[in-house]
Formats: sequence, C-alpha cells, structure tokens
Amino acid sequence: MKLIFERSVPGRHSDLLPVCDVPAAPADYAPRTRAPRLPELAEVQVDRHFTELAGETRGVNGGFYPLGSCTMKYNPAVNERLAALPGFTDIHPLQPADTVQGALELMKTEEKYLCEITGMDAMTLQPAAGAHGEFTGLLLIKAYHRSRGDQARTKIIVPDSAHGTNPASAAMAGFEVVNIASDANGYVDLDALRAAVGPDTAGLMLTNPNTVGLFDPHIEEITRIVHEAGGLNYYDGANLNAVMGIARPGDMGFDVMHLNLHKTFSTPHGGGGPGSGPCGCKAFLADFLPGLRVGDSPEGLVRQTALQTIGNMRSFAGNFLVIVKAYAYLLSIGREGVPVTAANAVLNANYMMNRLKDLYPMAYDTVCMHEFVMTLEQMKHQIDVSAMDIAKALLDHGIHPPTMYFPLIVHEALMVEPTETESKETLDEAIEVFRRIHEEALRDPEAIRMSPRTTRIQRPDEVKAARKPAVTYDFGA
Amino acid sequence: MNFPKNLKYTKTHEWVRFEDETTAYVGITDYAQDQLGDLVFVNLPAEGDTLACGEAFADVESVKAVSDVNAPVTGTVAEVNEALADAPEMMNEAPYEAWFVRVEDITDTDDLMDAEEYEEFVKTEG
Repeated sequence: MKLIFERSVPGRHSDLLPVCDVPAAPADYAPRTRAPRLPELAEVQVDRHFTELAGETRGVNGGFYPLGSCTMKYNPAVNERLAALPGFTDIHPLQPADTVQGALELMKTEEKYLCEITGMDAMTLQPAAGAHGEFTGLLLIKAYHRSRGDQARTKIIVPDSAHGTNPASAAMAGFEVVNIASDANGYVDLDALRAAVGPDTAGLMLTNPNTVGLFDPHIEEITRIVHEAGGLNYYDGANLNAVMGIARPGDMGFDVMHLNLHKTFSTPHGGGGPGSGPCGCKAFLADFLPGLRVGDSPEGLVRQTALQTIGNMRSFAGNFLVIVKAYAYLLSIGREGVPVTAANAVLNANYMMNRLKDLYPMAYDTVCMHEFVMTLEQMKHQIDVSAMDIAKALLDHGIHPPTMYFPLIVHEALMVEPTETESKETLDEAIEVFRRIHEEALRDPEAIRMSPRTTRIQRPDEVKAARKPAVTYDFGA
Repeated sequence: MNFPKNLKYTKTHEWVRFEDETTAYVGITDYAQDQLGDLVFVNLPAEGDTLACGEAFADVESVKAVSDVNAPVTGTVAEVNEALADAPEMMNEAPYEAWFVRVEDITDTDDLMDAEEYEEFVKTEG
C-alpha cells in the first residue's frame, strides 16, 4: 500500500480544523526554517489510509494468536469503555488530590488486589512495561544492599532460560550478570546455583513457570539458597498467568517482582499498547519504592513519596489508563475468576500439546503450564523444514505464528501459548492446521518452504532489513 | 563444514590462530555462523581492553538471536577488525578470515581443541 506521504497533494486539506483566528506571527525563536512537510489530504483519504493500514496488521481480534511468553489473551471491550470515562480521561496529574479521589482510590485498590494476588506487601504502578518493572525492581535491590552499607553485592544471577530482558535490565542497573545453566529438565541446576552464590550476590532473577513452560519443583530450595547467601530473589511475572490465584511468588520466597498488565491482566499488547509493568515488593523494600504513592490522611487520599525512594521511574502515575483497564478486568473476573483463568490457561496449553506431540516432538515431555515448546530439530535435519517454515505456513491458515527460536536452549523451537480466552473449537481448528501442515511438509517440503502464499508480503528479507533498514522517506527536492 | 588444521577451537565455538606463543587472532567458527544464521550486527571490544579466558568479550546478533563471544585466551586487545562492524556478513561468508581481534601478551589459554577434536565435538553437539 502507499505511504501517507505518497497520497499527499499540495493544498489538499480537511475542513476539520477551524480557520485560525489569531494573527500569524513569525516565530523568530524557533530553529525551524521551513514549514514541516506534513502530508496534505482530505479527511476521507486519511480515514481510508488508516483503515487500510489496520487491515494490514494482525491482532487478537483477527484470529488465534498463540505467541508464546506473550500471553496474547483477548482484550475485553469493557476495559476500553471504562478507561474512556471522562473522570479518568479528563483529569490532570497535578490536579489537587481532593478533586481526583476516585482515580487515587482506583490506584490504591488495584495495588491492594495485585499485592493479594502476588503475595507482595507494596507495589508501584509507575513502570511502563515489563522490562521497566524489572529495572525498577533491580534498583530496589541495589538500594536495599546500599542502605545496609553492603557495597560488595554486585552480581545478579540469571539462568540461561531467562527472558533476554533479565540480563539486560541487570546490566542497565549496573550489575554484573552471572549466567547459570539449566538442568536436563529445563529447571534451575541447584548445584550450579550453589556454586554461583556468595558474598557478591545481589540477587537472582527467575521466571516461574520458566520460559519452557515448566513450574520449577525446587522453587523453595532455590530461593532459600539465595537468601542464605544474603541475596534477594526477583520474580519475573511474565508467566504469572499460569499460576495467579493458585500460587503466589511472595510465598515461594520472592522479595520483589514485576507484573505485565498487558499480558496477565488483559490490556492491549504490542502495537496496541502502551504496556504497564507494576513492580511489587515485600515490606522491607517498600520505603525505596519510586514515584507517586497513594496514602490516607484525615482529608482523604493523598499523594505521597516513599521515605528513601529511588526517585521517579516515569512521570506521575505511569500509564494510568492502562491501569484502569486492568482494574476493569480484575473487577469483571472477580476473586473467583483469577484462579479459574490460570487453570484454563494451563488446561488449554496441555490440551493442545497432547494433541500435537505425536507429530511435533516436545522439548520436555511432561505436563506443561500455560505454554509448551516444541523442537523441530529432527524435521530440519531430515527434510530441511525449519521452525521458521512451519511458522510461515501457519500464516496461510490465518494463525499468527508461535514464538520462534526462543528459548535459546531449545533448538528449532516453536513456543505455543494459547491462553484461556480461546475456545475448544478454536484450539481444535488450530490443532487440525498444525497436523495438516505436518502432513504437507512430509509430502511436499518445498511447498512449506515457499509459504506463505496468501499473504500480501511473503518472506521479507530479514537480513537486509536488519543490515540496511530503510526507515526514512525521501521527499526529493 | 570447514575445520582448518592450523587453528585451535573452544567448546563455545570460537577459533584461535596463534602467530606466536603470546599473540593470536580470534574469531567464530564455521559451525557457529551456520547455527546462528545470517549475522547482522557485531559488538567489538576496544583496543587496549583486557580479555579473560571464558568471559564474553564481544557479542554477535543474527536475525534469530544475540550471542556472546567468549575469550579463548587471557590477554590484551592489540587490534580490532573494525571492518566487521560494517560488514557482519563477512562472518557468514568467510568465518576463518573474519577475525574479531588480535590479542597480545597472552598469559593463559582456555582448554583448546585441535581441528580433529573440534570436529568430533561438533558432531556430538548436533
């Protein structure tokens, strides 16, 4: 399709904006020497352009989207409706507290609910994404060790199955990252962990269930080893959807963690975001929490700052409207709905895995949590059809591909996370598609290697896109 | 797959070409580039940096993933192959010519394998 700049015609405009009723004056303070080259179009063209653009994209509303580790659950319409209420949209973060009591109450209640679900004692809603929440949590860990006068704890231990953001966040926070290997079952290798901890250990970062979709049976032992060495335990909440309402990170021995409201709590994800990554902690870390905290006073709810705060992680209350959407979600599923959601997410994943494992070898042959990882290494060796090829073939059937080539410890990996919001019919259709593609791959591997055939763009040149990306538009003269 | 006889290899798929006992060139193997796929970015150390055996000194990015490149020797970076940064495809096209760094004052080496041992090692990996 054409770029909006290519549709532009000089002088074309929309009557949407009223005629300017203040005299034009030269802005001699502005560094700009010429008018910005904005596209010039009539409203109808703009509308059609964005409608066409929307048609080019893919969302949960368009079909099954089993992108592993991303929890692409359906985003209920009621969330959007509540987040659009003027009491939430037409307020300013600097407004006097007595005029925004409702918004403050929402934040306070949501913090309480999320603490209840996770077993944490306090939480900041400020971080704007998962990795931002990780970074916040690591700064809390750093502030804690410093407050005790312990400067020697400079290392964060990260298992090799971790999300790539974990080592990145630790490095950003100024820690040295120590990688430890997983054992043959994909769990933390306890001996490797024991060997890695010491007086320089600031903490451990862990996802549980881990990135291969397995709940680590030694979790209490793991967090104890780190605690006994004087370190803290960080829980990456990316996979909380599998256990929420059933097991709490706070009870597993974790001291600090983040949540992804845009995964577990049904707010839009990816291009539809923005995200929100609240960071929770145990009481002994609460004094370090960043940003705006909501507290009680005789006059009602007030904005407060934690005593030894690490400072602001973002402006004001974070992505407030996303927080509203997650609140709407929590109220609609209710206390009883939280564990049911997790149970159905796990059931759906196990159902799919068990109906596929005769054709697609699983990386770990066991009961999975909310997602499972298949390995197509054998297929790649035998008929030269890769995980990438299967992912591309799924596009021809209207299915968004699973996560590919992750986690890195599994070769030719496809990681499938159906989520609880998919019906049995949708799962059955997807299973049928996977099985048909497998059959076709054996019969005519070349056809699978040539897929997708029905999409507007077939196989973009990823190498060229990464090496020589064209991200500018040439206006000519 | 190519395993030149004049090189030494690590279990993490780096090659070393010794010029003399304390000087060597370092790069990633043919097997490494094949596993990683098309490489699109490389993060190189600076001249004068110290390398420590077994510790990451560079990283490479393919369309699939980012991977650390580990130091097979302990020493000082005497020269960096800056051309790699502009043309990461060299690592795919000619992995044994696409050296990352020239290391001097080598004081220690990792457990290095010869070509035959490495070829055997790669077989068991696959």
